[in-house]
Amino acid sequence: MTDIQGDWPLYEVFVRGKRGLNHVHVGSLHAADDEMAVRHARDVYTRRNEGVSIWVVRSDAITASSPDEKDPLFAPSGDKVYRHPTFYDIPSDVPHM
Amino acid sequence: MTLAPEADESELRAVFEATIERHDRIEPRDWMPEAYRKTVIRQVAQHAHSEIIGMQPEGNWITRAPSLRRKAILLAKVQDEAGHGLYLYSACETLGVSRLELTEMLINGKQKYSSIFNYPTLSYADVGTIGWLVDGAAICNQVPLCRTSYGPYGRSMIRICKEESFHQRQGYELLATMMRGTDEQREMVQESVNRFWWPALMMFGPPDDDSPNTAQSMAWGIKRNTNDDLRQRMVDMTVPQAKALGVTLPDPELRWNEERQSHDFGSPDWDEFKDVITGNGPCNTQRIAHRRRAHEDGAWVREAAMAFAARGAEA
Repeated sequence: MTDIQGDWPLYEVFVRGKRGLNHVHVGSLHAADDEMAVRHARDVYTRRNEGVSIWVVRSDAITASSPDEKDPLFAPSGDKVYRHPTFYDIPSDVPHM
Repeated sequence: MTLAPEADESELRAVFEATIERHDRIEPRDWMPEAYRKTVIRQVAQHAHSEIIGMQPEGNWITRAPSLRRKAILLAKVQDEAGHGLYLYSACETLGVSRLELTEMLINGKQKYSSIFNYPTLSYADVGTIGWLVDGAAICNQVPLCRTSYGPYGRSMIRICKEESFHQRQGYELLATMMRGTDEQREMVQESVNRFWWPALMMFGPPDDDSPNTAQSMAWGIKRNTNDDLRQRMVDMTVPQAKALGVTLPDPELRWNEERQSHDFGSPDWDEFKDVITGNGPCNTQRIAHRRRAHEDGAWVREAAMAFAARGAEA
């Protein structure tokens, strides 16, 4: 994403809802610099105690995988059903499995 | 990384159609037909502009709120509208249109906002009526949009719906308080409801047989219900609320239809609706002039912040 003349840079905002949870992407906003992005994120995304911690990062600093769901990037996990517990037959009378 | 250039359009279109068919979401970097992109931009931009322009009719009363409690509530509500506008602008920008372009299309009249905000707020009861009827209509419209096919739009709607419930309840409580007051206050409430009832029903847009975009928007899962369906839902929800409040709704044709298990009601004045959306409502000029002034007067602040950030980066 490139800066468009006249707009402040775009930031992505991540909020931790409470201790023990991951930061989760909640949306984006424009700000002139990092500090302003945190302040704006507080006003835009946490008006009702939605968070205890905010991360902001410039959108143009993010590297993403291809949007295609059949991306070969994910092929290595596609054919490995044995990585899931349901792959294994265990007699139903065996406890604690 | 991008899709292989040889992936031809019919293949991409098939993937898009299949995603819509599964009621799955379209995400920003997915291939989408140009007409889909344009339709979502138009709808989300109109929605964002409505939130931003919608701050004006109520903002008008912040300095004249009757108590500190009402003032704090109204400030919080107007601040929420700004927030809602920002969520929606962000969603819209994921489709490749810039914030500046969106603002310019608003103040140059190239994109629209909801017709309701071109009506004036003449008394404090209007703050209550807007919360009850206007935000009530917005909720009717927005709840199904949480399942809209464009991912960022749906996620914005989920956030907005969570906050909108406060808006409707504060409005209804304000009116209920006035209804427990003097005869003069009760008259203020009734007069306000009389003015806002029909414009609130117009918020769902033209009747289905005069809404050229609806069929395509529904096929793409952008809209989930027709205008008339939502309007009916709004009437059915509101009638018992009006009764509890002790006000009448200004429609002589409004009555329960046992067979349909729904209310019959009159038709809004669609000539007035067309007049208002084409720019001839009571407040169109004032609303846009105000937004333009805020944008132009704020230019030096935006520039100064950028200059400050640039200097910080050098140091």
